[in-house]
Amino acid sequence: MNIVLRLAWRNLWRHPRRTWLTAGAMVFSNVLLVFMISLQFGMYGLMIDNTLQAFTGHLQVQAAGYKDDLKMRQVVPHAASLAAALRAELELTTIAARGAAFALASSEDRSYGLQIFGVEPEFEPGVSNIPGLVKQGRYLQEGSAAEIVIGAVLARNLRVSVGDELTLLGSGRDGSFAAAVVIVVGIFDSGVPDLDRSIAEMPLGYFQDVFYMDGAGHQVVITTPDLSQVAVVRPQVERLLPQDSPLVVHDWDVLQPGLKQAIQADLSGAFFMYGVLVILVAFSVLNTQLMSVLERTREFGIVMSLGLTPGRLGRLVLLETALMGLIGLLLGALLGGLLTLWFTYHGFAYPGMEEMATNFNLPARFYPQPSIFSLFLGPAVVFVFTLLSALYPALRLHWLEPVAAMRAA
Amino acid sequence: MQMLHIISTLAWRNLWRNHRRTVIMIAAVSVGVWAMIFMTALMRGMVNDMVRDGIQSLPGHVQVHHPGFRDDPGINKLLPQTDQDIIDGFATGGFRAWASRIKVPAVVSSERESRGVTLFGIDPERERAITFVADSIVAGRLLENVADTGVVIGQKLADVLDTELGKRIVLMSQDPQNDIADRGFRIVGIFDAKLESYEETMVFAAKETVQKMLRVPNRVNEVVVLGDDYRDVSRLRNRVAELSGPDVEVLPWDEVDGYLGTMLSVMDGFVLVWMIVIFLALSFGLVNTLVMAVFERVREIGLMLALGMRPANILAQIIVESLLLLVIGLLIGNTLAWASIAPLAGGIDISAVAEGMEMFGASSVLHPELIARDVVSANVVVIVLGFFASLSPAWRASRYEPMEAISKV
Repeated sequence: MNIVLRLAWRNLWRHPRRTWLTAGAMVFSNVLLVFMISLQFGMYGLMIDNTLQAFTGHLQVQAAGYKDDLKMRQVVPHAASLAAALRAELELTTIAARGAAFALASSEDRSYGLQIFGVEPEFEPGVSNIPGLVKQGRYLQEGSAAEIVIGAVLARNLRVSVGDELTLLGSGRDGSFAAAVVIVVGIFDSGVPDLDRSIAEMPLGYFQDVFYMDGAGHQVVITTPDLSQVAVVRPQVERLLPQDSPLVVHDWDVLQPGLKQAIQADLSGAFFMYGVLVILVAFSVLNTQLMSVLERTREFGIVMSLGLTPGRLGRLVLLETALMGLIGLLLGALLGGLLTLWFTYHGFAYPGMEEMATNFNLPARFYPQPSIFSLFLGPAVVFVFTLLSALYPALRLHWLEPVAAMRAA
Repeated sequence: MQMLHIISTLAWRNLWRNHRRTVIMIAAVSVGVWAMIFMTALMRGMVNDMVRDGIQSLPGHVQVHHPGFRDDPGINKLLPQTDQDIIDGFATGGFRAWASRIKVPAVVSSERESRGVTLFGIDPERERAITFVADSIVAGRLLENVADTGVVIGQKLADVLDTELGKRIVLMSQDPQNDIADRGFRIVGIFDAKLESYEETMVFAAKETVQKMLRVPNRVNEVVVLGDDYRDVSRLRNRVAELSGPDVEVLPWDEVDGYLGTMLSVMDGFVLVWMIVIFLALSFGLVNTLVMAVFERVREIGLMLALGMRPANILAQIIVESLLLLVIGLLIGNTLAWASIAPLAGGIDISAVAEGMEMFGASSVLHPELIARDVVSANVVVIVLGFFASLSPAWRASRYEPMEAISKV
């Protein structure tokens, strides 16, 4: 073993209690950081996936301006054939066209306003998990049958069940009166009250007839194999759009701006807290290392008068700190990982989480996912700050006068 | 008494023997206390704004409904008393403000578009003190009286409906016999709410006009009452229950809006956890400092013991030393917190993440709120836990064997 390393290691254990207390501060912070970061990033991932998979998809082709105004006349012409062309060109089956309209749905007892989507029954399961969540009856079948699938909350409010009729009243693409009588063939239950209360789906062909869409739709939804593919697929889609058309491609973070911002807001709050923890640890280390340098003034004076340069001594102090930091890093990552792992199996919940979770499309009990990133991000930052805070004690050595130091009390 | 004086003088002087160490530790305590109070004020501010806006936008402090209203909020869940009886009865209640309303789901249509909304039939005079809408009119006027034939809608809804002040819209809902009830209204006012979702989904018309339209003369389905403090509503609830008779459901706001209520209690728990976490991170450094302080003085402590100072006094001296250090840190930390929060009283603009905050139900201006109770608990946490953390090093110092301690190198 290298002599400097051996010296540093021995120096570290001259005051085992002090070393352990300082390393303890690191371990404490690291365990918290590992756990919180695993929890957070796992939660963000779930939030994004749950929200996008439910309905939005990763990319959408829309008429420019439709996203903000949602007006019937801002259409994607020949939506179904555009979707078919994109499927063929991109060799991706998870692409589907939709039309959207608002209407008053009336059963025998009740009337509610809702958003109706015309979907391609064959391809919709690729871009949305609603088709898979039909709990009663069946999902739509191909063609242009006068059928509708509605959410569980809406079904309860309207007091309808599978097989009942609904009357729809709304306005068509040109603003004229649109009406239809449809049969409820399925009821889905997504667990997201907003979706279950306000959304219904019918076949795109029939939707286009009822709302005078003339073959047009309002959005072509694209789900890429995973989130990181969005940036790759987007330019391909843009290239395939008809020249000079008013169509635009939107990313998920534009379609669901709340999602990304909620994550950012939460992150900035969390990083403030993490920052405070790290600074407190840094103070602890600064204190310890400053003490350990000061109490060795005489010793340092002697070795310096024997010819050791202040630079080498400074490196010795930094090495001691690094060793201590390494103990904190490894123990912290290990214990933090174990804690996270325990919650991975048993789930994590706190009182009140259930009510909060539904607001963000999250389950009530949460299973954090440890990863290399979440395991080492926090501890690595703590380690860096540990070293930074030892700089002052290490640099002080340059001002040390060997003779005066040897005589120090 | 004199003993106490000696002990505290000794403790104070000892504190400054190694001024670097003490200054670093005080800095750490100050930063920790500042972070406790500052972060808490931010979170309190956010939740308070949410609750205040939430209460203003809808529930009041206490609501009265038909028992089946919450599950199926429609027009056939009317309150058993007539509106006139309710008005006469509640007038004797001495409440800060109250109002009876009709609240039903409806579909609103312009010439071009239709949307699902919630229609409120209100008494504009009474609502002035309760809902946000009276203060949020940006164009036109609020309804003038209970028989006004105009309607007030949100800016966002006006945009999506492609309509404007002075134009007509049609509202469609149903009467208690489940027949469609509709009526044309002229838009007399546009409001601008803090949350975009309110602007898009809330439509206000005069109470008697809505009663006529829905064919429910002199009946209402909601009474809201405002008390003096949203944190204490149980007495208010009982008073309202007395007035509103049998066969109704009287609920305080935190049960009407479970999310807001939960948010408030989760926040209480979180504030305490946050303070304790910060303290624990601090405590490693605190114990470390004391351990070192004792270690350096072993001979001196031995000498004092040998000269007849009682172990209890040694114990007290170390604890006083630790408390003095904490108190100085607390003073600086509290001052820092106050100094950093005071300039922010006007609110911090976080509109960059406005839509994300809307997912939390919060608005885009954050008003930090310094609550005396939180400041007190931060200080109590530090002092009380600090006392316990110093017990162990102090105890060890008082248990030294005088002879051994004196002869220690």
